[in-house]
Amino acid sequence: MGSGEGALFVRPDADGFREFVRANKPHSPVDKRMSEREAVRRFVRPGDYVATDLYGMVRAPMSLAREVVRQGPGDLSIAGQGGMDIDLLVASGLVRRIDNVYIGHEVFGLSGAFRRLAAAGKVEVTEWTNAALAWRFKAAAMGIPYIPSRTMLGTDTFRRSAAVLGRCPFSGKMLCLLPALAPDVGIIHVHRCDRFGNAQIDGTYGLGFELSRASRRLILSTERVVPGSAIRKVPERTVIPHYLVDAVVVARYGSHPGEMCYEYAMDRPRVDEYLEATRTEEGTRAYLEKYVRGPRSHEEYLELVGGRRHLRRLERACRGR
Amino acid sequence: MGKKAVGSGQGAGCGVRGAGRKATGLRALHPAPRTLPAREYSGTELLICLVARIMENRKMAFIGTGVPMLAAALAKKHHAPGLMAVFEFGGTDPALDCLPLNVGAQQTFQRAISAVSLAEVMEAAQRGFLEYGFVGAAQIDPFGNLNTTVIGEHSRPAVRLPGSGGGCDIGALCWRTVALVPDHNPRKFVERLDFMTTAGYLDGPGARERAGLPPGSGPYRVVSNLAVMDYDGATRRMRLHSLNPGVTVEQVRQNTGFELVVPENAGRNEPPTRDELRILRREVDPRRLYI
Repeated sequence: MGSGEGALFVRPDADGFREFVRANKPHSPVDKRMSEREAVRRFVRPGDYVATDLYGMVRAPMSLAREVVRQGPGDLSIAGQGGMDIDLLVASGLVRRIDNVYIGHEVFGLSGAFRRLAAAGKVEVTEWTNAALAWRFKAAAMGIPYIPSRTMLGTDTFRRSAAVLGRCPFSGKMLCLLPALAPDVGIIHVHRCDRFGNAQIDGTYGLGFELSRASRRLILSTERVVPGSAIRKVPERTVIPHYLVDAVVVARYGSHPGEMCYEYAMDRPRVDEYLEATRTEEGTRAYLEKYVRGPRSHEEYLELVGGRRHLRRLERACRGR
Repeated sequence: MGKKAVGSGQGAGCGVRGAGRKATGLRALHPAPRTLPAREYSGTELLICLVARIMENRKMAFIGTGVPMLAAALAKKHHAPGLMAVFEFGGTDPALDCLPLNVGAQQTFQRAISAVSLAEVMEAAQRGFLEYGFVGAAQIDPFGNLNTTVIGEHSRPAVRLPGSGGGCDIGALCWRTVALVPDHNPRKFVERLDFMTTAGYLDGPGARERAGLPPGSGPYRVVSNLAVMDYDGATRRMRLHSLNPGVTVEQVRQNTGFELVVPENAGRNEPPTRDELRILRREVDPRRLYI
């Protein structure tokens, strides 16, 4: 048998999770609207494990990621799952431990920040895969300590993970046992929700379904707050019910400079600017000063990148259904 | 900042709301396509055609951004209308009439049959639905194992690469994995990987099954700028399958950092046909985002 040599940053604790839920989660609807500043101050603490959804430059909770960097709770662990939000956290230097799945920019190339940090040995990295991360969240969402799978077997990815090799009690075949992952805080940007946090997502929901259920604390940012009646009219569209949610932050264009499907297109020049800046340490510092620490809020950030007129253009550049 | 620069980078007709139709006005916003004579083609175009030819009709394929996606769009319009492209973040069988730049982008589920989740499509692969998976790599070894994690030591890498993403899952769970290596050279085709991100045949026959990977799955083809490779049935070592136009066996040997199995008569890959090029240039990527 055997197990991966990678560090396990969050130990599965199904009983602890149950007790946390009973004591802390909102079981009846309460108005959770608050500013991004308050949400991050209350729910993201130094040393926390943070996970986000979706991926790349798509429906990433950028406004909240910027606020986390602004407030700067250090010593973070993250689920390193490829979004520009995650890349920003890595670039900010707040991250010490990464459950890495993919940190990079797909067709746009490697992550400058991750590359520098890893080369300097400044970050502890445990390797996983897309499916492994989704299923680790799924196990936590199911309230179980681990989940068997057939991925990662035989690879160095397994060797550098914190998964455990097991035998199927029914067939005797080898399995990769994935430890449940319950982040201290999950951050998800959605298309709309009501003031309690009953949320709808358009398009693919990536890791959102599992992550929302696996997280101890869950912060939603939303393009729009809608009346509860709009949610109740189509209950089958609710991907995230309010009892999972701890904070609702209104953030129109919250995924900027990334895209939000059916809402606005990717702001390509701004994305390129980020990619270019993060190639070097100085560039990164300058970028963070200008776009993250400079503006005091998401609203100020939006003004800085071109304001209403510019954002309307991004809306027009987005294709409908 | 002018309107030109805003929200660009989407595929044909994707730049304006409701534009399933071609938006002629948008053409002005982009450099005019290079015009190659119908009989000439670029290296990328050849690669796309070679990959597309592997894709069979009425199969499901895991598609990433870049060449595989263009190949899938070409295959659908050329010989495999029933090919179902599946994107890792949940887009399933989109129209592919415009090109996404992210595997989660809107184009991956534009007029698709479903837009679901990462878990959903990975579970479909684990249940055996995904015939093909297309993966890239920084290094590939004789057994088709792949590295996309680090060059050098894992703890202090010379180059930190993105990591597995879905690559390791695809290599484990799809029936047939196709590796794409656009630059065939001895630094890419290596005897020993710095890090084995994704399982090929591991260390030889039977190794996948012993490790617990699903029987009957594994590496199928490698497509490079020089040739297409497959695997010897007995030894599971990489074997020359067919040479790209104008390439010699010697060239492939010299650019491979391990001993490649070379059969008596290696096949020849046909250059892109007039039809393939027409579809590729006019329908798949008319604004030349990739080609």
